[in-house]
Amino acid sequence: MSSVTRPALYSETIRERWRRPRFRGELAGATATAEDVNPLCGDRVRMQVTLQDGRVSAARFVGDSCAICTASADVLSELIEGRSRAEASALGAGDVLEILRADVRPTRMRCVTLPISVLAKALA
Amino acid sequence: MTLDAQTRRDFPILERIVNGRPLVYLDSAASSQKPRTVIEAMARYYETSHANVHRSIHTLGEEATELYEIARDRVQRFIGAAAREEIVFTRGTTDAISIVAEAVGRTLKPGDEILVTDMEHHSNLVPWQVAARDRGARIRSVPLVGEGTLDLAALDRLLTDRTRVFAFAHVSNVLGTINPVAELAARARRVGALSLVDGAQAIPHLPLDMSVLGCDFYAFSAHKMLGPTGLGVLYGRRALLEALEPARGGSEMIKEVWVDRATWNDLPWRFEPGTPPIAETVGLTAAVEYLEKLGMERVREHEQALAVQTVDLLSAIPGVRVYGPRRERGAVVAFSVDGWHPHDVAAALDAEGIAVRAGHHCAQPLMRWCGVVGTSRASFSVYNSSEEVALLAHAVASLGAAL
Repeated sequence: MSSVTRPALYSETIRERWRRPRFRGELAGATATAEDVNPLCGDRVRMQVTLQDGRVSAARFVGDSCAICTASADVLSELIEGRSRAEASALGAGDVLEILRADVRPTRMRCVTLPISVLAKALA
Repeated sequence: MTLDAQTRRDFPILERIVNGRPLVYLDSAASSQKPRTVIEAMARYYETSHANVHRSIHTLGEEATELYEIARDRVQRFIGAAAREEIVFTRGTTDAISIVAEAVGRTLKPGDEILVTDMEHHSNLVPWQVAARDRGARIRSVPLVGEGTLDLAALDRLLTDRTRVFAFAHVSNVLGTINPVAELAARARRVGALSLVDGAQAIPHLPLDMSVLGCDFYAFSAHKMLGPTGLGVLYGRRALLEALEPARGGSEMIKEVWVDRATWNDLPWRFEPGTPPIAETVGLTAAVEYLEKLGMERVREHEQALAVQTVDLLSAIPGVRVYGPRRERGAVVAFSVDGWHPHDVAAALDAEGIAVRAGHHCAQPLMRWCGVVGTSRASFSVYNSSEEVALLAHAVASLGAAL
């Protein structure tokens, strides 16, 4: 029962990105924005990007979301900065999970994929 | 002897080990576990008596029909309905509400109003939205005050001669608030409105008597009251069911059929098109018998004590917020933990073998009133113990900086 013996609930990366997200916030002058909710839990994520000459020059997210979803949005924002629109759109759950170093259970996969589908909407 | 000491061994699933710990199942408001008598009654039905009901002129058909109709009688007695014709079997609470919403919806006129409340489950909101859509009818809602009770003063303003239906929960699935059904139903009747009660969170926990509650319709699910999934009940006052034109057609609900028209069967079959969930009604009979044997007064006392203990223990933990009334409440306790998302709380508790629900609990308008996206929720049934509540509180208290 003690918290001392309990293994960490999530990977170190997820916990770190949840505690101190690097890409959370409003993006002034964003050229593309999209937002959606996870119908399972009500989580809401907004992705904002600035596109310059077909490349993502900046990305930020805001959201009411769990640790996995927040970490996914944060990692995704980092991943797409500097990439072309096509490269950014091609990113999937596997790319994010690799950085999160997490074995996410099926019931929580929507937490990982929500920011990805929101980004796809923003870049469409 | 406490109730759980008497009941626990009757629920085979409670022997499960989850993540290395004995299962602590605190998600009965979503779906309760089933006693062995329910599981065995359904298995026995399939092994010995299964056939389709009502028009099978052979021994098995007669047995199946008899078991199906016995379930109706048991439910009638269990909820104090005046007649067996007032008990309609449905696919669940949502389905029961939809049957009324669809039938009433056909008669709505522009300017008519459906009154709901800010604490409703989506299943008592969306069917009405669908019914009102395209008919120029309007949805209004009773706001909440204080710890999460209905604003009864606002009700005078909202309940008018334009109100066709007042639809509200008996017990909130998040706040645990117990609404004064008899008073609300009487006030609806005074303005000529129908009352429909979502009883999903009340039927497993409270002694119920329709003649005392006085509502027009009452909907509930078997699977939250120790019975099987896929089955619900719509109680409706006989005169109202008689007057209601069925919105769904099919076999079983007819008297005579031509290619272009049909006449309706008698109550209650008029609202039961198609082959019903027969084995499930057999399971429901066993569930009702189980609850009656325990006594619903005892069940209420036991679960209320667990809920109050949970409120007390959780609200004493720094950073934990508990929602809903402190004392008079149903068997659910929603809470949130500072710095933790409800899903992460549920995942952390699951790692300890403790099953709670997390999210918006299909009550998004209520979440907005609470000012949160979601909460974690512990809920109780006859098999839960005071020790399990203590385990929950300990696990929540030790969440600390783990995330």
